[in-house]
Amino acid sequence: MEKQVILNETQVDLTIRRLCYQLIETHNNFENTVLIGLQPRGIHVLSRLKEQLESILNHPIVCGNLDITFYRDDFRRREKPIIPSVTNIDFVIENKNVVLIDDVLHTGRTIRSGLDAIMTFGRPNKVELLVLIDRRFQRDLPIQSDYVGYTVDTLISEKVSVEWKATEGADQVFLFTKNEINE
Amino acid sequence: MNNLSVDHLTGIRDLTKEDIELIFKTTDSFKQVINRPIKKVPSLRDITVANLFFENSTRTKLSFELAEKRLSADIVNFSASGSSVKKGESLLDTVNNILSMKVDMVVMRHPNPGAAHYLSQRIKAKVINAGDGTHEHPTQALLDAYSIREQLGTIEGKKVVIVGDILHSRVALSNIYCLQKLGAEVMVCGPTTLIPKHMEELGVHVSHNLREALEWCDVANMLRIQLERQDIRFFPSIREYTMLFGLTKEILDSLSKKIVVMHPGPINRGVEISSEVADSDQSIILNQVENGVAVRMAVIYLLAAKIER
Repeated sequence: MEKQVILNETQVDLTIRRLCYQLIETHNNFENTVLIGLQPRGIHVLSRLKEQLESILNHPIVCGNLDITFYRDDFRRREKPIIPSVTNIDFVIENKNVVLIDDVLHTGRTIRSGLDAIMTFGRPNKVELLVLIDRRFQRDLPIQSDYVGYTVDTLISEKVSVEWKATEGADQVFLFTKNEINE
Repeated sequence: MNNLSVDHLTGIRDLTKEDIELIFKTTDSFKQVINRPIKKVPSLRDITVANLFFENSTRTKLSFELAEKRLSADIVNFSASGSSVKKGESLLDTVNNILSMKVDMVVMRHPNPGAAHYLSQRIKAKVINAGDGTHEHPTQALLDAYSIREQLGTIEGKKVVIVGDILHSRVALSNIYCLQKLGAEVMVCGPTTLIPKHMEELGVHVSHNLREALEWCDVANMLRIQLERQDIRFFPSIREYTMLFGLTKEILDSLSKKIVVMHPGPINRGVEISSEVADSDQSIILNQVENGVAVRMAVIYLLAAKIER
């Protein structure tokens, strides 16, 4: 079986734009809202959203990156420990509306860790979730996203990969089947 | 590299440069964690650590305990005074009794060199050496090197002098191994009687002149005179030692460059270092203490990752 493109460059761009307008509908001018990208891949979605939002609203948006390594529930259950990435939250989140951002929502375990991690910075007013891809029917935990770029039905054995112009050369989303992964 | 090459931390000598770099990278993240409003992570919530201190300690014991608590580990503390050790129980028996209570990791300070290594060969739990006699004190060396890296950006090519009682110091030996692995040049400085013979064989410079050593270095690590380990007199008087090897503001200000001053503690103010120097902006003594917790969190975390479920 072959690697299948779920979203191409144009579709990724359109989806990001739509997500921006959905965020604006809820958060107006982002006066009391901060965007937090989950390391390592959510930060790329965040940087694209930030770029678009700032050009639409014409003012800076408060953004940060959050590493969730130490809050994961699979420590000592993996062959090798995950090397933590940088957390970069140099603002107060107490009483703010926080939007957590990731590329793919799958089992929900990463988001659960993200919720634990963000609470160590204070008590936000509200936490929402934005994902570019939602692999629905694959959840291990009762977690759903408030903003979804694209919903895809997948098997557990399949893999969804989001690539970005800045890191991989093009904005694309792929679905890998089991055979493709084994190769 | 995501994993340490060792299963226990008994000494810096066993670590590779990559191991030390991995510990530092993990420390960077834990330093961020301990500066948050909630300084705790849940990583080690299913791990139990025993802190076995067969020798007195304030800073190291507190630092390890705090590191373990910040990682959410369960802790049991043991100190030799008031224990069955005084009733003649052997080290292995004591530890095996504690381990039968399902302990996953042992942090041990012991007066005998090699005690941590001995234990690591005989028990299933992971062992961290918190100082074994005059042999090694690996986490102190790691936090010292981390503090230098934080202050100067890198350790590669830097010159570090360790001043004082090198003969009785486990900090000195671990520091020498650690700094050399990271590419620094090391000098030891002190009275002839307090510098071990054949020191040059470790690839370190030796000096008996404090000013000369300070002019050479980028960093000076001032050690305490360990009177409790000295069964004979190694120098005529404390006053004479201070006159020749005590770091004062006058000496510091007269140097041609601004050096970084460190001390592993406990400080004897007015002996190896004056109060003015200890409290000056060139001193990073309190940074060392803060980094100690983060470095120990990193070491415990990385070794805990190797505990079988």
